[in-house]
Amino acid sequence: MAVGPRALEVTGLHVPGRLARAREWWEQEHVFGYGLIVPALLLLTCLVAYPFGMAIYFSLSDYWVGSPGGFVGLANYRDILANDVFRQTIQNSFVFTGIALTLKTVLGVWLALLLARDMRFKRLIRGAVLLPWVIPTALSTLGWWWMFDSLYSVVNWTAIRLGILSPPGPNWLGQSAYAMAAVITVNVWRGLPFFAITVLAGLVSIPREFHEAAEVDGAGPWGRFWHVTLPLLRPVLAVVILFSTIFTFSDFNIVYVLTRGGPVNMTHLFATLAYQIGLNGGNLGQGAAISLFLFPLLGAVVFLQLRYIRKE
Amino acid sequence: MAGARDREVTIRSATFTYANLVPFLAFALFPFYFMLITSLKSNAELYNLKSIPFLVQTGVIADHYQYLFQRTEFLTWMKNSLIISVVATSASLAIAILAGYSLARLRYRGVASFGTAVFVTYLVPPTLLFLPLSQVVVWLGISDTIWALIVTYPTFLVPFCTWLLMGYFRTVPREVEECALVDGASRMQTLIRIVLPMAVPGIVCAALFSFTLCWNEFIYALTFVSQSANKTAVVGVTADLIRGDIYYWGSLMAGAVLASVPIVAVYVFFLDYYVSGLTAGAVKG
Repeated sequence: MAVGPRALEVTGLHVPGRLARAREWWEQEHVFGYGLIVPALLLLTCLVAYPFGMAIYFSLSDYWVGSPGGFVGLANYRDILANDVFRQTIQNSFVFTGIALTLKTVLGVWLALLLARDMRFKRLIRGAVLLPWVIPTALSTLGWWWMFDSLYSVVNWTAIRLGILSPPGPNWLGQSAYAMAAVITVNVWRGLPFFAITVLAGLVSIPREFHEAAEVDGAGPWGRFWHVTLPLLRPVLAVVILFSTIFTFSDFNIVYVLTRGGPVNMTHLFATLAYQIGLNGGNLGQGAAISLFLFPLLGAVVFLQLRYIRKE
Repeated sequence: MAGARDREVTIRSATFTYANLVPFLAFALFPFYFMLITSLKSNAELYNLKSIPFLVQTGVIADHYQYLFQRTEFLTWMKNSLIISVVATSASLAIAILAGYSLARLRYRGVASFGTAVFVTYLVPPTLLFLPLSQVVVWLGISDTIWALIVTYPTFLVPFCTWLLMGYFRTVPREVEECALVDGASRMQTLIRIVLPMAVPGIVCAALFSFTLCWNEFIYALTFVSQSANKTAVVGVTADLIRGDIYYWGSLMAGAVLASVPIVAVYVFFLDYYVSGLTAGAVKG
């Protein structure tokens, strides 16, 4: 009985005071700011930065699935650089990325120009164009796999009926040049909507007066495109191309489903080779070293993006 | 006279537009049409070299779909995908709303470098980290469960959502917030009651993209889970429906079509959000 009122008194005097102080502390802009960003930073530190450090450690060690090995310095890098399959992979990656990016850029700008014109069913057409980008890539690639089947290929069937190919037509996924063409086709198919829709947004933001002024000056459609539209699209195109460079270079889904890197490693990219050696083969050290070859490119793109964004 | 000529110009221009769009539309849509057609054909017709591949000539059948439901774990895979996508999306959104608001609106030391850090992680492709993450998942004791994916998907969802939401938070006028603060609302109340309602389109957009990214994710789902009962729809169809013999194309295409249905349904309803999100956030392509 005697303790009761005193306890009440104590809580009544001090706890709200402490609470108020805590609240005041929490309401400060910098404390609140740090508080809100902590969960995200924690997540990114533990599951992005830390694994990245591990990847570097793996690549410098003799690490196999289930048996952490010792430090071996640059041996993994030396080994893979001496490996013909890896050299072929470097070449494949550049061919794949170079051709796919060029096609996506040219076709994407062209498609965006068409979509920007006045027409009926605008929303429906845009929706249809964007579809390949929305559907799970691994699943739509299964469809392409069937379309490139060695015996029942609908591509060959159509091309033979149209007289473009002579029967029986190529074995798309079994011959190296055709397999690369197939993988690039699917990548362009899936990446084109991203280019077209983003460039379209850039096109829409160009004021009409620019075109009208150019028209008054006597510029034809081609001249207007080359001297007015394209320079104004440059910022958008730069961002889209930089983005797409990373994600084309590091592609996994399409090659894994369509060719598994075959025939005889002629379509392997860094990611599929890292998967094969690191997971199927169990050699995590070499696998990590291979996937880290994506890093210089990532660094370059990040550098360019940041410099570019700062400039804006 | 002038009217007639104008109309002629308009018609010619429209013809030009449509004629040039047709190849693009055919390229974009044909694979889906072909997958659907394949999933509805009998095996006898599918593997008959004399039949026309574009059509169903011997009658539409549902056998391949029946096979999926009765003889495979397809429904379990769909359920897994749904749970993983919903949980990972919700958790990531909660984290990203806090971080996005902090980066977009509050001034404190280091805010610019945090923004840069989020942007850099946003650009890291999953294919760079799947090997070490596969070991992290083993150490956490969640390897080969759906938790392996629920825990790792936020690594690409949070940077993306944060980046997207920052743009939306910046469009909320500062004065509205300041009024609320002056009226005695706490900062958290201001965020939840004033800022969030004004950023609803951004949050819907982030949720839709996150759900799509989760549902479509492939390399983590392929690497971290090997037990068939814990697989996602995309990996289950891609990895477990291929049998030893060659006569699996019908059920494989049926699986690919059905596993895409949830995403297509969401997409059809929220098309405009997808278009605006794609252009606003420059999503990973």
